[in-house]
Amino acid sequence: MSTYPDDRFYTKSHEWVRVEGATGTIGITDHAQQELGEVVFVDLPDVGELFDAGQEFGTIESVKAVSEVFLPIAGEVVEVNKTLVDEPGAVNEDPYGDGWLVKLKVTSDGDMAGLLSAAAYEKFVEEEAKG
Amino acid sequence: MGYIPHSPAERSALLREIGAASVDDLFSTVPRAVYRTEPPALPAPQSEIELRRGMAAMAGKNADGSRWASFLGAGLYAHHSPAFVSQLLLRGEFLTAYTPYQAEVSQGTLTAIYEFQTHVALLTGMDIANASMYEGASAFVEAVLMAERLSKKRSKVVVSKGVHPEYLTALGTYLANFPFQIVQVPLGPDGRTDAAALAAAVDETTFAVGLQSPNVVGVVEDWQAAADAAHAKGALAIGAVNEMFSLAVLKAPGHAGMDIACGEAASFGVPPSFGGPLVGFLACRDAFKRQIPGRLVGRAVDAQGHEGFCLTLSTREQHIRRERATSNICTNQGLMALAATMTLSALGKNGLRETAVQCLSKAEYFKALVKAKAGAGPCSLAFAGPTFNEFALRCAVPVDTVLSALEAKGILGGVPMARIAPREGAWKDLLLVAVTERNTREQIDRAAEVLRSIR
Amino acid sequence: MSDTSAPGAPAARTDRRRREGSLFDLSHPGRTGVALPPLDVPAIDPPALFGSAHRSEVAGEVEASEVDVVRHFTRLSQLNFAIDTALYPLGSCTMKHNPRINEEVARLAGFSDVHPYTAEHLVQGALELLWLLEERLKTLTGFARVTLQPSAGANGELAGTLMIRAAHVARGNARRHILVPDSAHGTNPASAHFAGYSVIELASNARGTLDLAELEAKLTDEVAALMITVPNTLGVFEENILKITEMVHAKGALVYLDGANFNAFVGKVRPADMGVDVMHMNLHKTFSTPHGGGGPGAGPVGVGPALVPYLPTPTVERDGEVFRLSYDRPGSIGRMRTFHGNFGVLVRALTYIESYGNTIPEVAEAAVLNANYLRKRLEPFYHLKYDAPSYHEVVFSDRKQAAGGIHNIDIAKRLMDYGFHPPTMSFPLIVPGALMIEPTESEPKEELDAFADAMIAIAKECQETPELVHGAPHTTPVGRLDDASTAREASKPGSFAPVLRAPVR
Repeated sequence: MSTYPDDRFYTKSHEWVRVEGATGTIGITDHAQQELGEVVFVDLPDVGELFDAGQEFGTIESVKAVSEVFLPIAGEVVEVNKTLVDEPGAVNEDPYGDGWLVKLKVTSDGDMAGLLSAAAYEKFVEEEAKG
Repeated sequence: MGYIPHSPAERSALLREIGAASVDDLFSTVPRAVYRTEPPALPAPQSEIELRRGMAAMAGKNADGSRWASFLGAGLYAHHSPAFVSQLLLRGEFLTAYTPYQAEVSQGTLTAIYEFQTHVALLTGMDIANASMYEGASAFVEAVLMAERLSKKRSKVVVSKGVHPEYLTALGTYLANFPFQIVQVPLGPDGRTDAAALAAAVDETTFAVGLQSPNVVGVVEDWQAAADAAHAKGALAIGAVNEMFSLAVLKAPGHAGMDIACGEAASFGVPPSFGGPLVGFLACRDAFKRQIPGRLVGRAVDAQGHEGFCLTLSTREQHIRRERATSNICTNQGLMALAATMTLSALGKNGLRETAVQCLSKAEYFKALVKAKAGAGPCSLAFAGPTFNEFALRCAVPVDTVLSALEAKGILGGVPMARIAPREGAWKDLLLVAVTERNTREQIDRAAEVLRSIR
Repeated sequence: MSDTSAPGAPAARTDRRRREGSLFDLSHPGRTGVALPPLDVPAIDPPALFGSAHRSEVAGEVEASEVDVVRHFTRLSQLNFAIDTALYPLGSCTMKHNPRINEEVARLAGFSDVHPYTAEHLVQGALELLWLLEERLKTLTGFARVTLQPSAGANGELAGTLMIRAAHVARGNARRHILVPDSAHGTNPASAHFAGYSVIELASNARGTLDLAELEAKLTDEVAALMITVPNTLGVFEENILKITEMVHAKGALVYLDGANFNAFVGKVRPADMGVDVMHMNLHKTFSTPHGGGGPGAGPVGVGPALVPYLPTPTVERDGEVFRLSYDRPGSIGRMRTFHGNFGVLVRALTYIESYGNTIPEVAEAAVLNANYLRKRLEPFYHLKYDAPSYHEVVFSDRKQAAGGIHNIDIAKRLMDYGFHPPTMSFPLIVPGALMIEPTESEPKEELDAFADAMIAIAKECQETPELVHGAPHTTPVGRLDDASTAREASKPGSFAPVLRAPVR
């Protein structure tokens, strides 16, 4: 059973990106939120900040862990999910929808090389669990 | 022997169960070159009878506040500690418990910390306070480091020379390896921080301004002026307090623009104990809470809806964030924070005020004797600025001469500024005199009489 | 839900003896709990003196009588678990018995009611005590000097790493990194960071000890020091410690020993003999000073000759029969704090050391014996990831139980129902689901057996009645608290009251 939506790409650090036109939406995967446990705080960048692909752009905290999140693609932050300030649990409840983290203006021509498809990511998670 | 319960037979039985021939077998992976089979070069063990005798002999050589009239302060003030405080601190449930990581079996400690946080927040006029710091100097340093993290990429901290010199030394020690500049602003002739010099020292690279009130020479500072100077350039204002009773009669830092309050809360029931253990505190506005160092306790509920308390926002701390933590502090001053909480609970709103008014009134009485026509011999008031319970005398003879004369009459007369700030030449003839509710009119009269007799 | 109350008695969690709440909810206007003598000088009117700087009241402060306060805190105490009640097996924390003679001595007026700025000739006993404690610690560690100033272990770590940096600076290069094994306490990397170093982590080998190849690979000319814990947080002694210190010194770097686990070898091995340059000691661990629900501690730091010039000031020196404070140390890192350290804690530690004297190796021996006995009894029931010989503690994991969906936290909470405090779980990070058990030398065989029986019973429950373990604890004043909701609420902007403090009423 495929649990990962195939309308987006994934990273080995468990983020996803969905690109529509020039805008990329970023979040963490269902697998990542399960590993992290109940999310209690999300620290996100300011609108206007520029990031390279692979760069840390924020942190997600559970009660006893802090997890850095990395951008799958380069871009400029155009929107952050402000509802997470009051409802950080959305990252747990709806990681692919209401629990999104930031939206980017994509600067790299939507270059998805190096990112994983849903099927490839699912395989990666399975192997990681065995490892 | 000592506090080990095993009888020789029980010890043998345990070794047998493990399958070890001797205790040495258990240490088999220690390199033989360093493994010692001879006892260390220490004296024979002492029983309680011997310990009592030996330790009491050492204690007996010290001038303590129960036998001497003491006017010593300079950052640590010997106030009354209610009798029940020392006794309740001996309850094993408080004394021998660990940090309350396991909330279900630590509600006593957790509730008390929540109360400590509340007391400190109320006194300082801040939104929140942490579960305690080691003592005043490290609390001040942590406040500066916290302000730097909040500032993002600023590099200068401006501090008043009215901040306790040992706090400033500690600041230099902790900041030695960071690319930060520390700028010190002098005191003006009235004993207050020179407001113009302070404002001039603050610029766009400044992340914080640090002020202490009452300051090291006892003079009450203007929080708001320092806060305005800081905020004008986008810096944060840090207010240090080490005589917490002053906050019962003087405007709180949080009510006068300061962003972070820190310092020493030992005035509340913690004995001076030759300088420790004391109880540092750090409080701030809500907006800065994610950068506060140390532990925090929060209110929580269990699955049945019962209310309780637990440690919270722990991801700031070293056991989770390791080298990215807000501080390396782990063990803090839990039991001393409990002593302060119990004392504050007993004092309450009314006792706080009454004690503060007594301290203030007795200090003003002493100052009036110094200012009176009969005077105080070679000593005069050094500064005209308002004070709470401590003031500086300027001595026309060596400070040691003054102290010796007082000592001869059973009086610990004060702290020479040269002792805490040996490099400040301008302060070498100053003597700091602190008065608390423990001092009597007779003691003050006696001290003034000695001063008048000095030729 | 199970309950230990007698039939007809109120259920544990609604029993008023087990529910206290905050004193801020129990305040009564007009009450006070402290009486002062009548003011014997003319009363000053604060607003007249201070004008606009005056504050008329501390709004929201408690108003309570002494009876209210004594009862409140006594009731609160009854909600705590403590060493005085039973075995407290928190690994790495060394929860040993806290002798009461130490408390009595520290409360002598000649120690407790002495001001730190009293003239030196009037505090010769206090200075003698500091000097004597330093001598005792020098004897036990083999170091040249020991500073007593740091307030706790982490503060000692910082003092030690600052001295390391000062020594490298004096040689012309501060260097950039400190090596820290992946099994280290969290304070190690945090302290290294605050001394201005970046941390390089060393992966442990299959025995759970330092991997010499990994050390060799990462030990560059830019490494200032290795921070190592002996025995490490797995309770395993670094067999290669002599080789390790030799390798580090060959690169011009220094060896920092985290002395948190000194209880495993006090009196048996002098750390300086192993080539260690600097080490802090947690007096609240090895030397029995009370943990007090989170402090105070004390973290003296011993140093070899290379670091003596950089000690914090003042130090205590002895000239014949006279003791004095010395500030004459031009290379000093400065001060870690005000005054002379946590003196009251130092009094207790010296009292403890004198009570054992030259028999102190028995402490380490009994601590290691007890840990090994628990290991022997529990090994059939709990997974032991690293099976190297154990010293003062043993680290099991929940691997056998986790297969059935039960984790270390569940086992820990269930232990409370059996009358024990849980073991340490938050580290070492290299053992997922850790159950780190340190019984200390204080425990008699029957208490060790009672604890082992409880752990074994829980292992059975994990298979037979897992819901009992999942829902634990059942008998404590509160059940498992929803700490996620608390952290969420506390994180929200402007949420400070009532989540982080009582509101002003």
